[in-house]
Amino acid sequence: MVLGEDNYFLGVDVGSVSTNIVLLRSDNTVAETLYLRTQGRPMQTIQEGIKLLRTKMKTSAEIIGVGTTGSARQLAATLLGADVVKNEITAHAVAASRVDPRVQTILEIGGQDSKIIILRDGVVADFAMNTVCAAGTGSFLDQQAARLSIPIEEFGSLALQAKHPVQIAGRCSVFAESDMIHKQQLGHSLPDIIAGLCQAMVRNYLNNVGKNKDIRSPIFFQGGVAANPGIRKAFEDELGQPMIVPEHYGVMGALGAAYLAQEKAGMRAETRTKFRGLQLGETQFQAKSFECSGCANRCEIVEIMQEGISLAKWGDRCGKWSTAVESGVGLNITKGASEKRRA
Amino acid sequence: MKVTFPHMGNAWIVIQTLFESLNVEVVVPPVNSKQTLNLGTRLSPESACLPLKLNLGNYIEAAEEGADTIVITGGIGPCRFGYYGEMERQILWDAGYEYDVVTLEPPDGSLLGLAKRIRYLAGTNNSWTKILKSLRFAYLKSVALDRVEDAIHWARPRLSQPIETEKLYEEAKKRLAQTMTVKGVQDTVRWVQESIHERLKEGYLRSDGVNKPLRIGIIGEIYTILDPYTSLGLEKELGRLGVEVDRSIYLSGWVGNHVFQGLVPGYRSIQSYPSHAKPFLPHFVGGHGQETVGAAVKFAREGFDGIIQIFPLSCMPEIVAASVLPKVQETYKVPIMTLIVDEHSGQAGMQTRLEAFVDLLERPRLQRAIGQTRGEVFGVGGR
Repeated sequence: MVLGEDNYFLGVDVGSVSTNIVLLRSDNTVAETLYLRTQGRPMQTIQEGIKLLRTKMKTSAEIIGVGTTGSARQLAATLLGADVVKNEITAHAVAASRVDPRVQTILEIGGQDSKIIILRDGVVADFAMNTVCAAGTGSFLDQQAARLSIPIEEFGSLALQAKHPVQIAGRCSVFAESDMIHKQQLGHSLPDIIAGLCQAMVRNYLNNVGKNKDIRSPIFFQGGVAANPGIRKAFEDELGQPMIVPEHYGVMGALGAAYLAQEKAGMRAETRTKFRGLQLGETQFQAKSFECSGCANRCEIVEIMQEGISLAKWGDRCGKWSTAVESGVGLNITKGASEKRRA
Repeated sequence: MKVTFPHMGNAWIVIQTLFESLNVEVVVPPVNSKQTLNLGTRLSPESACLPLKLNLGNYIEAAEEGADTIVITGGIGPCRFGYYGEMERQILWDAGYEYDVVTLEPPDGSLLGLAKRIRYLAGTNNSWTKILKSLRFAYLKSVALDRVEDAIHWARPRLSQPIETEKLYEEAKKRLAQTMTVKGVQDTVRWVQESIHERLKEGYLRSDGVNKPLRIGIIGEIYTILDPYTSLGLEKELGRLGVEVDRSIYLSGWVGNHVFQGLVPGYRSIQSYPSHAKPFLPHFVGGHGQETVGAAVKFAREGFDGIIQIFPLSCMPEIVAASVLPKVQETYKVPIMTLIVDEHSGQAGMQTRLEAFVDLLERPRLQRAIGQTRGEVFGVGGR
């Protein structure tokens, strides 16, 4: 598909496991979604995504606003020139309430984190994220699927074939794994074990992240793990309420970022976006890090450079480095934007 | 004798002043840093709370500068801090640091015992009048520090160029640490307040047009809320996000209550908290658990937009408080978020939670504002 002459908002969500990109039309419909694996190289992945987008967009198409989110939102914002940089909680909440303003609960399970967001009247009323433990997130499911050599896509549907799900200790992923091996060696069937794992993970999620939260319908289930029907069913059994999986469940963060960019554009006095242009995919970015010896904190400073020009520095607790380049970045972005905004 | 003591935010300025005015040689350990924490964590039991780990790190760093005596306050009740003095002495001796540890508390309730310990530290050359005078001056300084901090809390969300505000704060602390006269202390406080108003007059108001910043009350375990290294710069970060903060316990309030047994009130007295807490937590649970709940109630009644509780992992009194706070949240309809820190806490996780919490408080206001402006625009178009 080639996208025609139109104005778009770009939403980018760079997480630990995946990098998601959404292109939103000005009439609020989704024009394009990309789901890429971050593979520990967020800068290259972002560039990869932009390259892909460029092939899908006509030269007359224009990006008029950019929003970034996810754990590498700062990095993405620096590379792309974002108009709005937002945390994942807000991004997910905005996306869900735009899809359905009545939504009251969002369960989100991603690669390495999981969160619960409680909304009332379309605004966030409460939220929680997993703290020290990644049990019950996508990475763990991935691992188990790989261990059993089942493609992750089929993992969940296998669980639906279970007749008597077994009890699995779900508090810790290490113990869950040994418990699964134990059950497997006893001769339980694979679907029963996988269904047991799904139930254990859901219990763990509700006891940790969902503790003390007032979970009310309509409930949205989003994030990569929402693709897993086994987990979906376990949630429905445990909560006694239906799970709604929105159409773009896997890229809701990016969608929220795009909506936020649109919202920002509505408030912005000047209409120019800070976007640095689609040819970003072709340029060279470098990251350099060094240890600051200014005090005993020995902060690790990261410097992002584009073809030898410093774009941003961060990682310092005191602001010595991050504020030093701030003015320079502003210049660079506006310069970049005016010259290269059109793709 | 070279005396040292553990860090807790700005407390070092007060303690250093006290010993210097008594002509006791004092070693101020390097401020809390990653290195401090690494040194301390190596010697600490893993399940001990963060303050113990930082304390031990402080002593090791102070030992390198020749300190041989530790002064620490004690306490009674279910908080572990009460016996940290003794525990730390044993851990340090096992590790080869032969420190003398003086715990400032009335042993078995004996005030005479406490007096003996103070006399031991002050030596024989100081009269009791001199000791009391020095205590009074140190206390004055702690009140001044709190007033400066409060002014900075006010300034952070209002002044542009956050780094200038931080510089002002650093300079004020330096001046307060150096001055040894009452006038010098008062002048510094005035100087900070005037500098802030000067900036406001110069039109330094933030460009985003914030006229009424959000207000968040910070409650929780005293060490964590007073020590910015431990709280991962919570107050500074919130200030940067455009929030004015207030907190449940200020240094002089704690000194007044804990050290002077309530004889002086401190800048922000903590004495009213237990009565505020009464409907939710009617009895003492150790540490400042009851104060935390009481402060939450007080902030809620004063119309704060949100409340953040922060404490070190495994802090029992605060865990009790945390389990009561949802009731406060429900009763007063005020959002409360709990943050727990330990040596593994990362800046990124903290950042995400703070931004999300501020958004939670901000977006309803923002959406109302958008609705209003749209309404007005329509109004203009209709005319």
